[in-house]
Amino acid sequence: MDVGGPLSEEGLVQLLTPAGERIGNEQFDPFAAHLSAHDLRAFWRDMTVLRSWDLEATSLQRQGELGLWVQSLGQEAAQIGSGHALREPDFVFPSYREHGVALTRDVDLVEILRIFRGLQHGAWNPADHGFHLYSLVIGTHALHATGYAMALDRDGLVASGDPDKDGAVVAYFGDGATSQGDVSEAMVFAAVNNAPVVFFVQNNQFAISEPATRQSRVPIADRGKGFGIPSVRVDGNDVIACHAVTRWALEHARSGQGPVLIEAFTYRMGAHTTSDDPTRYRSKAQDEHWRERDPIARLDAHLTRSGELDEQFRAQVAAECKALGERTRTTVRGWTKPPTTTMFDHVYALPHATVEAERAWFERYESSFADVEATR
Amino acid sequence: MTATIERPATTASAPSTTTTLTMAGAINAGLRAAMDRDPKVLLMGEDIGALGGVFRVTDGLHKDFGDDRVMDTPLAESGIVGTAIGMAMRGYRSVIEIQFDGFIFPAYDQITTQLAKMHYRSQGQITLPIVIRVPFAGGIGAVEHHSESPEALFAHTAGLRIVSPATPQDAYDLIQQSIACPDPVMFFEPKARYWDKGEVDTARVSAQLDAADGQSAGTAEMAKARVAREGADVTLVAYGPTVRLALQAAEVAAKDGTDVEVIDLRSISPLDSGAVVASAKRTGRVVVVHEAPTSFGSGAELSARVTEQAFFHLHAPVLRVGGFHTPYPGATYEHDYLPSLDRVLDAVDRVIQH
Repeated sequence: MDVGGPLSEEGLVQLLTPAGERIGNEQFDPFAAHLSAHDLRAFWRDMTVLRSWDLEATSLQRQGELGLWVQSLGQEAAQIGSGHALREPDFVFPSYREHGVALTRDVDLVEILRIFRGLQHGAWNPADHGFHLYSLVIGTHALHATGYAMALDRDGLVASGDPDKDGAVVAYFGDGATSQGDVSEAMVFAAVNNAPVVFFVQNNQFAISEPATRQSRVPIADRGKGFGIPSVRVDGNDVIACHAVTRWALEHARSGQGPVLIEAFTYRMGAHTTSDDPTRYRSKAQDEHWRERDPIARLDAHLTRSGELDEQFRAQVAAECKALGERTRTTVRGWTKPPTTTMFDHVYALPHATVEAERAWFERYESSFADVEATR
Repeated sequence: MTATIERPATTASAPSTTTTLTMAGAINAGLRAAMDRDPKVLLMGEDIGALGGVFRVTDGLHKDFGDDRVMDTPLAESGIVGTAIGMAMRGYRSVIEIQFDGFIFPAYDQITTQLAKMHYRSQGQITLPIVIRVPFAGGIGAVEHHSESPEALFAHTAGLRIVSPATPQDAYDLIQQSIACPDPVMFFEPKARYWDKGEVDTARVSAQLDAADGQSAGTAEMAKARVAREGADVTLVAYGPTVRLALQAAEVAAKDGTDVEVIDLRSISPLDSGAVVASAKRTGRVVVVHEAPTSFGSGAELSARVTEQAFFHLHAPVLRVGGFHTPYPGATYEHDYLPSLDRVLDAVDRVIQH
């Protein structure tokens, strides 16, 4: 299914074939050499837990418990592999599908669902996790990531001489976002400021219904050259390659060599969101082609072949998935609407007369019904 | 709500802290004072470094503070605001110069969907103390996109504060209070007034902002209107570039025996409608004058509030004098487009005659 341009499978860094065979790569093998069987099992575990939980969230949306759900189905390798390349001083600016990266940054997956139950727009403290809030306006956060990276540099946390102190930033976005002006501007600012930021594009081939050929006539990674940003295309369904390439890119950025663009070529196996209907714009054959390249199955085959994935571990992870599913269902169903007046909280950091006046009016309005209730 | 700002009288024994500055000079001095006060304050913009900005408002600051604190940015307004947001997440307070009013629109998305909403989205965990300086309004014979008054477009968005100085003193105070404020502030500078001179007391705002509650006190004061001239018959409300015009109109009206009170709003968001309502209750007649188109403008909002809160005190409908629902025209028309002395006096006459 090689159709060229942004859907080309040419030039992808691959360390694990779709059949699960580990193959060599001179440039990137050193960045995967540290991975033990234990590490790979941890990748498998995270990918498996993520997918199970993702399906649970989809079910909750179907049951009316969530207003909307945005699946990460099929993108587990790109997210878990790259996420585990991050270190504590690093900072992530996700789009809104990066639940796998959230998992690697110790964000409680269940808390993410507050957003999709309509309780609040952000559900964790970014500073606690080195993981910013989801950004729903496509591409806007690429600039925030670049600014954050410029500030890291100013704060002496890049090429400081102490590699443990150095940090970098990763901005995650998709193929559709690469058409946004903000993403191009982010690359301009990152390049001229030599900012330690990695632009990690998950080219999942679709921006809702539009194929990546509506965004570009060349592979996304080729965009980097014009900005003077080194770029890599990686097989986005190969967790080892995604990890190695991201690790390389982060070291490049942290050591003061500037930004990197990674294009992880993958496939959105699910719908854009639970409101979408992919049967209107893509074929069963296409889905089938990519199901055969399932990122979890690939690692599973590799670990099974090398005898590193025994039944006991599988059972343990299955139990973990089940427990998380139960906790997710119970927690989500238990969430109730906070007092309505909290709608007026945090509009400003300091009091603003309009908000205060409207809050006071609303409180009087609400309390006016108390008398009616009392006289019934 | 008081509409005046307390200024202690200078005592004979204290050294004078009052100096004469242009408005551009006052903003420059205010930026310098803010940068001295807080090393996290940065300036970002196009041509603000060696050139000192196209209006020279940042003149000399690059020389004294260097590349790290006075940054000439790529020519991309959205990029400037977006990267300032990222830097603010690590504690930096960027003061952005948008070169001209009509060039702010590439940044409109970052300002309204990100800058204005991050504090809310994060339940108060992220504050973005960013100031966006916008030389705005007309009267300088410029080409298209260099004379516009887009303040109402931003006032409609919760999460932003919007101020506009009319005097060098307010320019000096407000720029520093805006920088100290934890919320994002849009700072609209009336470019036609850049070279007007006035007395500036440099000590008062420093004492305010250096105090423990400086941020809160400064932000609260920023939100207050100022009575620029007291009067009993008509309330004339203005801000930024039209305050001088309103004062001129008041002088002329006085010769005809009409005592006009002039209120300088200073802040558009929040809008100190309390000060205007209090004045309206005394005069019963209100005229609002701004350069922005009257349709859906700040004057419309103010008119609605005065009508809601002082209806039975009014002797005449609240009138608006401002720009028309046309694009800002070519420079040969601009003195017909902009509110003029005649148009303001005509409105004053109409509320008196009503």
